[in-house]
Amino acid sequence: MISYIIRRLLILPIVLIGLSILIFAMISFLDPATRAALYVSSPPKTANALNQLILKYGLDQPIPVQYWNWLSQVLHGDLGYSKTAQRPVVQAILAYFPATLELAIWSFIPIIVIGVWMGIQAAIHQDKFIDQAARVFSIIGYSFPSFVFGLLVLMLFYAKLQWFPPGRLSDWANLVVGSSSFHQYTHMNTFDALLNGRFDIFLDALRHLVLPALTLSYISWALILRVTRSSMLDVVRQDYVTVARAKGLKEQAVMNRHARPNAMIPVATVGGLLLVGLMNGVVITETIFNYRGIGFWIAQSALQLDVVSVLGVVMFEATLLVLANLAVDVLYAFLDPRIRLS
Amino acid sequence: MATISPDIKANEWALPPQSRTPAWLRALLKNPASITGVVLIVAFALVAIFAQQIVNIVEPAIAQQEAEQNVGNPYMIPRDGFSSEPQPPSARHVFGTTEGQFDLFYGVVWGTRTAFEVGIIITGLTLIIGMIVGLVSAYYGGIIDETLQRVVEIFLAFPFLLAAITAASVFGPVVHSGILTGIIALTLFGWPGYARIIRGDVLAIKERDFVLAARAIGVRDFRMVMRHILPNSVYSLLVVASLDIGTYVLSFAALSFLGVGTEVGYADWGQLLSFARNWIPSLATYWYIIVYPGIALLLYVLAWNLVGDAFRDALDPKLRGLRP
Repeated sequence: MISYIIRRLLILPIVLIGLSILIFAMISFLDPATRAALYVSSPPKTANALNQLILKYGLDQPIPVQYWNWLSQVLHGDLGYSKTAQRPVVQAILAYFPATLELAIWSFIPIIVIGVWMGIQAAIHQDKFIDQAARVFSIIGYSFPSFVFGLLVLMLFYAKLQWFPPGRLSDWANLVVGSSSFHQYTHMNTFDALLNGRFDIFLDALRHLVLPALTLSYISWALILRVTRSSMLDVVRQDYVTVARAKGLKEQAVMNRHARPNAMIPVATVGGLLLVGLMNGVVITETIFNYRGIGFWIAQSALQLDVVSVLGVVMFEATLLVLANLAVDVLYAFLDPRIRLS
Repeated sequence: MATISPDIKANEWALPPQSRTPAWLRALLKNPASITGVVLIVAFALVAIFAQQIVNIVEPAIAQQEAEQNVGNPYMIPRDGFSSEPQPPSARHVFGTTEGQFDLFYGVVWGTRTAFEVGIIITGLTLIIGMIVGLVSAYYGGIIDETLQRVVEIFLAFPFLLAAITAASVFGPVVHSGILTGIIALTLFGWPGYARIIRGDVLAIKERDFVLAARAIGVRDFRMVMRHILPNSVYSLLVVASLDIGTYVLSFAALSFLGVGTEVGYADWGQLLSFARNWIPSLATYWYIIVYPGIALLLYVLAWNLVGDAFRDALDPKLRGLRP
């Protein structure tokens, strides 16, 4: 087990180096003048100024040399300066990540709780009306492009009813959160508000989370529902469930005590990967709801070809992804003793 | 000498009558959800094939205008002036116009054709690349396999949509044409998943006796792969994967929604929806700029997923026989 974990961790640097090479290979398609534009906020007035920029940042050098320059900078712990975020990349990640994590947590809870519940209902009533209804409901959600669903709920609940606004906080709440009397322990507004005892702020933050969390839930339920359903169906056909029934246990006890815990093993795996996906920033949903998290920022960076930011975030997210995959594998082996990692 | 004992009637030795329709097709036609999917796909295909005629009949004025404005490129949506404010549905613009006076009906109808093109091209390309990489990796093994697998791992570690956005922003200014940018971006990061699955399948097939037998009689690599390995491993996967069209169309629409992947004014549902981004506070008034292209995109993706779901059920050996 330990050697398996170490072996998997050794892959991480290979993946990170490979990723950065991949990104540099992509930007080598741009000519130096375009790449120079990445470093300035206003276009240089003269050809001379442009050339100076190219010289200053070494943009006329071969891509491998530029890559080496970037790599040695990273190895010194400096991910560069993000033009889109107007601050160093490391600080930008620290600033945007709490918002994304907050949205991830508040979406993950309904996704799992309701998704598992629907999956179990569908399995218990296999091929009956409830099963078919859950299937149709979830496959429509799975097919819904997040931006279409997002725009529709914004049309209804924001433009028409004025119930749930986009953004993270209302203006008045933003002032309170920014003031010195409000302590930002986690930089996640809902939790900070509770820790400061400010229920009004908590409700305001929650009001802003409803629509993005609903969007993410609806498009993700199908995944959890499907895994729960098929894993439940798999488990109830096992011999030990038949034994439990044969010894006269009530159906409810068979399901709750014997079937469900084992059926949850695959759900834990899929749920873990889903949580990482949410933590890595949901580009479209954050963009639509003007929710300033990692996804929002990185969409801006990629669109404006802010290579430094994209590189930094990709390094961060890939690390998270590789570590989470490993954690999920280990968790899987822990939950299911039949699995041996080697 | 073996004799048939008299108490067994002759017809019991005959094979049971076998249906000529394959199991997956029967599964597809029995399930109301997948029938809905098939009907929707056929309807979309008809709209795509007769896009020109449909616009001619429903919006003759726009068809006329299109012929004058965009000579030789019917995929560019004709625009009626340059005012930014969307116009509500009218006799001239059946679905209204979106920001920049692009005709929504024209965009939705021709967008159907774009959706089929994008979906089929990307799915085809990613499958071909994935198949080649997966085959080579599994068939030759050793250092080739190791190297290719590390490359696949690197591609898979790149968050898909973020990778595609980056690629599209890089290639956009270079490629500069229609939908090619989005296709390149999604193909570039779409193949590794297939490569991994196909590698697994081929590894399993490679050890089977018939492959050994073929090798023993001296079958060459190329013939071995084409005649013996491919037919036995990946064809069922190809059927399932071909239904990823809906997913790719969705990703493509997401790219053009963010403003990369297509030229401005190209008939594409994602781009039509992106025009709505500036009007979010007043969407109650301008509902038509999201409802028509949004429903088209939803139904298209849903159609492929409904069929794909039924297929997966029919082909999933774990669940086979569970359904009555």
